[in-house]
Amino acid sequence: MSKTTTGTPSEATGDDQDLGAAGSQLSTAPAEEPPNLPSLGVVGWIRWFWRQLTSMRVALLLLLLLSLGAIPGSLIPQSGTDETKVADFRDAHPTLGDVYDKLGLFHVYSSVWFSAIYILLFVSLIGCIVPRTWQFVGQLRGRPPGAPRRLTRLPAYTTWRTEAEPEQVREAALALLRKRRFRAHLAGDNVAAEKGYLREVGNLAFHIALIVMLIAFAWGQLFKMEGNKLVVEGDGFSNTITQYDDFKSGNLFSQDDLDPFSFNLEDFKGTYETSGPNKGTPRTYQASVDYSVGAYGKDRKTVIKVNEPLEIGDSKVYLTAHGYAPVITVRDGKGDVVYNQAVPLLPLDSNVTSSGAIKVMDGYRNAKGVKEQLGFQAFFLPSYGGEGSAVVSQFPALLNPVLNLEAYHGDLGVDAGIPQSVYQLDKSHLKDFKNAKGELLRENLKPGETMKLPGGAGSVTYEGTKEWANFQITRQPGSGWALGGAIAAIFGLAGSLFIQRRRVWVRAVKGADGVTVVEMAGLGRSESAKVPEELGDLAGILYDRAPGAPDPEDSSDATPTTPDPQVVPAEGAEK
Amino acid sequence: MTLAAATDLAAATNENLANISNTLIYSSMAVYTLAFFAYIAEWLLGSRSKVGRTAAALTESKTAAAPAVTVNKAGGTAVLERPQVVVRSAAGARDVPDGPGAHGGDAQGDLYGRIAISLTVLAFLVEFGGVLTRALSVERAPWGNMYEFNITFSTVAVGVYLSLLALRKNVRWLGLFLITTVLLDLGLAVTVLYTASDQLVPALHSYWLYIHVSTAIFCGAVFYVGAVATILYLFKDSYENKLASGGTPGRFANSVLDRLPASASLDKFAYRVNAAVFPLWTFTIIAGAIWAGDAWGRYWGWDPKETWSFITWVAYACYLHARATAGWKGRKAAYLALLAFGCWLFNYYGVNIFVSGKHSYAGV
Ligand code: HEM
Repeated sequence: MSKTTTGTPSEATGDDQDLGAAGSQLSTAPAEEPPNLPSLGVVGWIRWFWRQLTSMRVALLLLLLLSLGAIPGSLIPQSGTDETKVADFRDAHPTLGDVYDKLGLFHVYSSVWFSAIYILLFVSLIGCIVPRTWQFVGQLRGRPPGAPRRLTRLPAYTTWRTEAEPEQVREAALALLRKRRFRAHLAGDNVAAEKGYLREVGNLAFHIALIVMLIAFAWGQLFKMEGNKLVVEGDGFSNTITQYDDFKSGNLFSQDDLDPFSFNLEDFKGTYETSGPNKGTPRTYQASVDYSVGAYGKDRKTVIKVNEPLEIGDSKVYLTAHGYAPVITVRDGKGDVVYNQAVPLLPLDSNVTSSGAIKVMDGYRNAKGVKEQLGFQAFFLPSYGGEGSAVVSQFPALLNPVLNLEAYHGDLGVDAGIPQSVYQLDKSHLKDFKNAKGELLRENLKPGETMKLPGGAGSVTYEGTKEWANFQITRQPGSGWALGGAIAAIFGLAGSLFIQRRRVWVRAVKGADGVTVVEMAGLGRSESAKVPEELGDLAGILYDRAPGAPDPEDSSDATPTTPDPQVVPAEGAEK
Repeated sequence: MTLAAATDLAAATNENLANISNTLIYSSMAVYTLAFFAYIAEWLLGSRSKVGRTAAALTESKTAAAPAVTVNKAGGTAVLERPQVVVRSAAGARDVPDGPGAHGGDAQGDLYGRIAISLTVLAFLVEFGGVLTRALSVERAPWGNMYEFNITFSTVAVGVYLSLLALRKNVRWLGLFLITTVLLDLGLAVTVLYTASDQLVPALHSYWLYIHVSTAIFCGAVFYVGAVATILYLFKDSYENKLASGGTPGRFANSVLDRLPASASLDKFAYRVNAAVFPLWTFTIIAGAIWAGDAWGRYWGWDPKETWSFITWVAYACYLHARATAGWKGRKAAYLALLAFGCWLFNYYGVNIFVSGKHSYAGV
């Protein structure tokens, strides 16, 4: 056939040479060429390089490299997922940390070398798909090649003699094969037929789907955003960058891409296993919110659960964490309220033992009327076990809440301009409030209880407890395309792996004695039990339309017989 | 009061069920052990018959270079005069007949083999009961931690084996190797990995979890069967190579390997098994991504578990590529297949134990 025709891969049939054109084009897989070096100057080199890149050997190598390259990212802390772990690692291994830094090992999946591997792989993929698609289109427009001269050499073969005329047999064969949805045509003294083109369609669809997925993924990385916001019951959030506690976005994301919406957290509810070995394990978390879309949107109510985010436009609002926020009132010596807030505390364990800090920054004057700041280290147990029990919460729900406060006064250090965690006190410029015994003032409060600050410095009241929920708001454009690509990939893959592409030839010619000899042969892309089975089936039907004629005397060489009928069929493994 | 009493009662029945489950798992181990001994008996008795088919075929084919020809009847109920299909294997391929199986044609060995399979069926049913009661005791699917994952995994692997047998596939030779590892798997489960039945954290409440994890377990079980076949292929292949080059394999090899299917059959079996389940594995990863998208706000985040699923996937893709296009048929492709299964194993055990990520939940 034409020059561009590449042979079947070596797996198909051992002796392609003998089959000639008949075995060609049974797939669009490129042939492997040995990497002989060019001597043609720049163009020659470029062409050589391209051919190498799009060869199966290199594709395989790149695939292997991709999987190897993904390994370090799973073993070394990644800055994308856990910044603090990376910092810890750097502290623990300073020199190794530097080396890792240079190699991009703290962000493997966005490192230069990892990107290089997959970009090369996808260039290779495109370079592979385009010619294969053309070739396949050519095959679809062409016809299956005619029968090779010696059908006996094919992997599945059968023959018989019949009284029917050769034309009749060929007509019958053509009709039969077409009925079985083979692409069949008359090629001289034989009928050539082929089936299973969907295999190629599936294979090309799969590889194209991989490209679609990659582009969708890259698109998503560039335009994505992800932010967190902690909201206490009764409070709200509106989707602008300044409102986020932390915010990350892709390189091409712009603020205008933020979907305009806002919501209020009406109520958070967590329920927990109350008995059994898993007492305390959460059963449900749900946040009831009021939300509105756009500047003047109508208020709507909904419930956000752990696996059920709220979707607004391209954004999704996920419930990711929860905890408690004791409501605190601080009064100065004159009894004026200088602070009244729900203070979110961070959970430390699965029973929501929590800690945090209360910072009174403005408006407080001490007993002498001097401006000062107050700080309280807070430790909170939603379910205190009672006097004498360990100082950890016994259960995650609010069964017996106790708030432990340590009181300080002085300078919180917040004005120094250095960002400070809202959950921690910087005690370097703070002084202890002392109790009667001269120790640090520290008290356990129940809801409604008040702790007096010594020397008429005022008081702190634990009014009650609200819950808070943490919301993660993300926008991941392109995920629809990624999903579509993924689904196409699965179907393509199934087609590519489960459909056999195969050819059948039926030759009918008059023998020397005037009796028609029918020969049938089948060829698959790979050796398979299906090809002989199908051939036997077809032969059986055709035989009924062109029944056998008595064998001539010397029939021995017309039908090869087995030397050892006991021999197990080649497909033994799965019979 | 009454409410509390009711929950206590429910907890008690659950605890009962959990205990029943443990008893069933231990019982199934006992029955698997009996099956194991029956398989051993099959192999031992089978060694009495000196078959030497492989050796015969390989030394014969040296003189007769032409590929052997085998005959299949056309269709199942073919009339005798109907044309017969001649199957000709590719030139260059070794024409080695499949071994007779563990019993080696010995009638007593065959009997023990059948007993072994019956015991395997029994053990499978008992183990299945154990998994089921475990699921009932926690009122959810039985794969919240590694203990549950392990018992479900071995149940499914044995289920795959028995289904292949029921489909009349020639897989009896797998029996001993499979049951040995199933016993190891269960031993590990009940000693190291045992976790009292417990509930899932809310992140695990999603129907995608059921889809994702059940297909993951199934794929693992099938990959596992493929890997066992691949290992046996490698042994059988070197055995055949040795014979073909005029060497004399040891007595043990002669006795055991000769009874396995031909290396070409083993290779083909392994390939089919791996290829058949690869699309499902692809689906498993995608289902996981969808679930991660719902639970964690991103569908792909290079979490260690995700990364290793991806690595496993790429490794199997390499294997399929090697076979389909690069023409790496034999041993090289087999090594790739084992590497891919190694990745799967690491993803399952290694990542849970050595690497921390979002997937390490519910203890180990
Ligand atoms: C991005 C990574 C890739 C993956 C995950 C992948 C995966 C696969 C899979 C699973 C198959 C099916 C194997 C079978 O039919 O048994 C396949 C077949 C194939 N792939 Fe890829 N592939 C990738 C890249 C490439 C590249 C870069 C090329 C070209 C250089 C390529 C060319 C082919 C060809 C020619 C076939 C076989 C077609 C046939 O069976 O007729 N693939 N690939």
